[in-house]
Amino acid sequence: MTVNMTKGQAISLAKADGGTLTAVRMGLGWQAAKRRGLFGSRTREIDLDASAVLFADRQPVDVVFFRHLISEDGSVRHTGDNLVGGVGQGGDDEAILVDLQRVPVHVDQIVFTVNSFTGQTFQEVENAFCRIVDETNGQELARYTLNGGGQYTAQIMAKVHRAGGGWKMTALGDAANGRTFQDLLPAIVPHL
Amino acid sequence: MTAELVRGQNHPLPHTQVEIRISAGTPVLAGVLLGDEAGRMLPGADAAAHPGRPRIPGAVCPVAAAAGQRIEVDLAAVPDAAHRVGVLLALPPGGPARFGTVAAPHLAVLDAGGTEAVGFTLTGLDTESAVIAVELYRRQGAWKVRAVGQGYADGLAGLFADHGLDPVAAAALAASAVPAAAEAPPQAVRTLGGTTAGPQGPAAATEPDRGREAPGPVPVSGVPYPGTPGPAPAEPPAAVSYEHPRRARTQPPAPAPQPAPARPGEQPRPVAGDANGWTMEERLHNQVWGMFEDLARVVAAYRSAVAFAEDRMDRELDQALADPRDRLGGGSGAAREAAQARHDDLVLQARAVLDRDLAQLTAEAEVVEPALPAAFAGWDHPLWQDHRLPSEPPMSLRLGDLHLPERPDLRIPMLVRLPLERGLWIDSGRTGSEAAMAMDTDRLRRLALDTAVAHAARLLAVHPAGGFRVHAVDAAGAGAAALEPLRRAGLLAGPPATGAAGVSELLARLTERVDLVQMALGSGAAESLPPHVDTAPQLLIVHDFPHGFDDRAVTRLRYLADEGPAVGVHLLMVADRDEASAYGPLLDPLWKSLLRLSPVPDDHLADPWVGHAWTFEPSLPPAGSAVLEQVLARIAEER
Repeated sequence: MTVNMTKGQAISLAKADGGTLTAVRMGLGWQAAKRRGLFGSRTREIDLDASAVLFADRQPVDVVFFRHLISEDGSVRHTGDNLVGGVGQGGDDEAILVDLQRVPVHVDQIVFTVNSFTGQTFQEVENAFCRIVDETNGQELARYTLNGGGQYTAQIMAKVHRAGGGWKMTALGDAANGRTFQDLLPAIVPHL
Repeated sequence: MTAELVRGQNHPLPHTQVEIRISAGTPVLAGVLLGDEAGRMLPGADAAAHPGRPRIPGAVCPVAAAAGQRIEVDLAAVPDAAHRVGVLLALPPGGPARFGTVAAPHLAVLDAGGTEAVGFTLTGLDTESAVIAVELYRRQGAWKVRAVGQGYADGLAGLFADHGLDPVAAAALAASAVPAAAEAPPQAVRTLGGTTAGPQGPAAATEPDRGREAPGPVPVSGVPYPGTPGPAPAEPPAAVSYEHPRRARTQPPAPAPQPAPARPGEQPRPVAGDANGWTMEERLHNQVWGMFEDLARVVAAYRSAVAFAEDRMDRELDQALADPRDRLGGGSGAAREAAQARHDDLVLQARAVLDRDLAQLTAEAEVVEPALPAAFAGWDHPLWQDHRLPSEPPMSLRLGDLHLPERPDLRIPMLVRLPLERGLWIDSGRTGSEAAMAMDTDRLRRLALDTAVAHAARLLAVHPAGGFRVHAVDAAGAGAAALEPLRRAGLLAGPPATGAAGVSELLARLTERVDLVQMALGSGAAESLPPHVDTAPQLLIVHDFPHGFDDRAVTRLRYLADEGPAVGVHLLMVADRDEASAYGPLLDPLWKSLLRLSPVPDDHLADPWVGHAWTFEPSLPPAGSAVLEQVLARIAEER
């Protein structure tokens, strides 16, 4: 059963049957900019980038983004950069896979962010969403829609953090400005 | 629990009463052969059970060809002289002529109670019409079973001859085994095969495997090696085949073996060949590289957690000391203890995760190592004992093992793609590593050249006959003893070049070849090369560099190192960089262009993912083993 999350809501990533999740995928999708008639190739494409920052004790220790697709320990993998977006019907255009079992023991939070690399604000982006999927069976656990965005170019989407023996996910949905995750680090810190 | 064996793997047999069930896609003859310690057949008529003589002391085999066969062996009753009991399969005349066109036969070894102890699927057969499938053998008073899968293209006669019978006797024995079975009524064969499409029909391939729980034959150890058309059954006679007769590799490959589904809470049991690829070889190559990457990353996770724990402890200790109130009271001691406890706790957790992952990788290595083809296997692998030159070169070659200090016994084969893209440099210098420092110069040099000879032998052995021409430069003649195995086997294209004149002459010749072949390839006129140009790949072993090299020869050597690999001239240097220090930075590009390997364990190689320093240990024949000489003799024989 998928949960439509609202800002600040937290869900536990324990399975209904009591088992814990072993692998999750954070998917990001948005609709490509509409083609212009003549010289369509000059359409101003929208390039959103998903990134994941790994924190240990509030210190960033590793990051996975389009220029560093796999974390050093191999537990977090980005499936590759999408520069234009998709049809905007709910399919993932960029995805980050997290193998929760293999996340190093000192990493206690993973924060997911979205940046507009090409500089459009989220007002211009249509049908953008992010969702978290149980990678073992493809079931969507939670979805968070970015629609109704304002004059900002980045969002701190959600974080996955250790809670007890398992993991929890919290929807953050905080607006920020920046081209890549580096610009967002000051904005992330209050959420840790 | 049934153990599915891969070729070369063995397994203990707890009972002496065993039954061997064979299920094949087509009627086969089955028999048993008793051999002595060296594998030669025992003298006398009781040394082989076959359809013409189904009952010998200790074994009973069926009298007719059938798709499902049963052999009973009483290991307590076989003669004391028999050390090996080989189970053979052969295709009867009148059916398919080679195992390559029929579904892979499966063997199950059952104990007296009828439970399956061991299974083995005979994959990778091609033109063979007779095969030793498994072997039961004595080891320290107990019996074990080994998956063999050694096929013979010349049938039972070839099989018997290979077990020490002279050709005439072998042919007679083979003849006595076959006609008796061929006389069996074909009708009986049909019903035993359980098929309506004829013995060769596709339905035969789906014949249920008796005595196995899993439905259908599951190729656990994978699919044939390159060139074999896969386990697809032969076409029914009437159907028209639209396939290109020789284009076997463009067919979709058989599915890769999958690990059996794990029980809840357990990791799946690894199997060999569980990776992508068109052939088993490619899958194993990719699997080894996958293990390499996983080990690198697992250790990176552990090291980063430990580094973080230490860092955090330091910070907390600093904080505790920074507060002057605590410095005098008992608070600082408590804070210190708390910080230490937090550190230990995290390190303990990290170690637990590391141990879990390493156990999984170790289990994978245990199934992958025995399944590796010769080119990927160490010298101690049984495949090297009976190595034959392949018909095409392998994807890659194992030059040694890599390991990390966290788990020194977990070895990752270091596989280098062929053809070699860069020359190899065996470093005979003592300043390179600690292990080298501990050795005296002469021993280290000898070891370096021995390593080079072992690598050269490997390179020759995994290429088809006549694939490589080997030249040697040994300016002062100091390496004659180490090069002797190559020379004795007649594998050197000429005597090692000595003296400045000899070195210049050899390098000039190879440079000319590189030039001409490059020109010919560049202009698309490879066939117009002058007749004296040898287009076969060349391997140049250089010992004692830079002795005997003048400036011109050094320039030529650098040229060969840069331009040679692309046109099939490969360099294998044994050198101490310090000895060439007179050249200054001039030679730096040469050293950088070569892959540096050490003759002793040394941690100079980094992985491409996280950049750990891996300890490299070269592949060398086990001490006191004659495997290198055997392999060299075999290469010389097949040239």
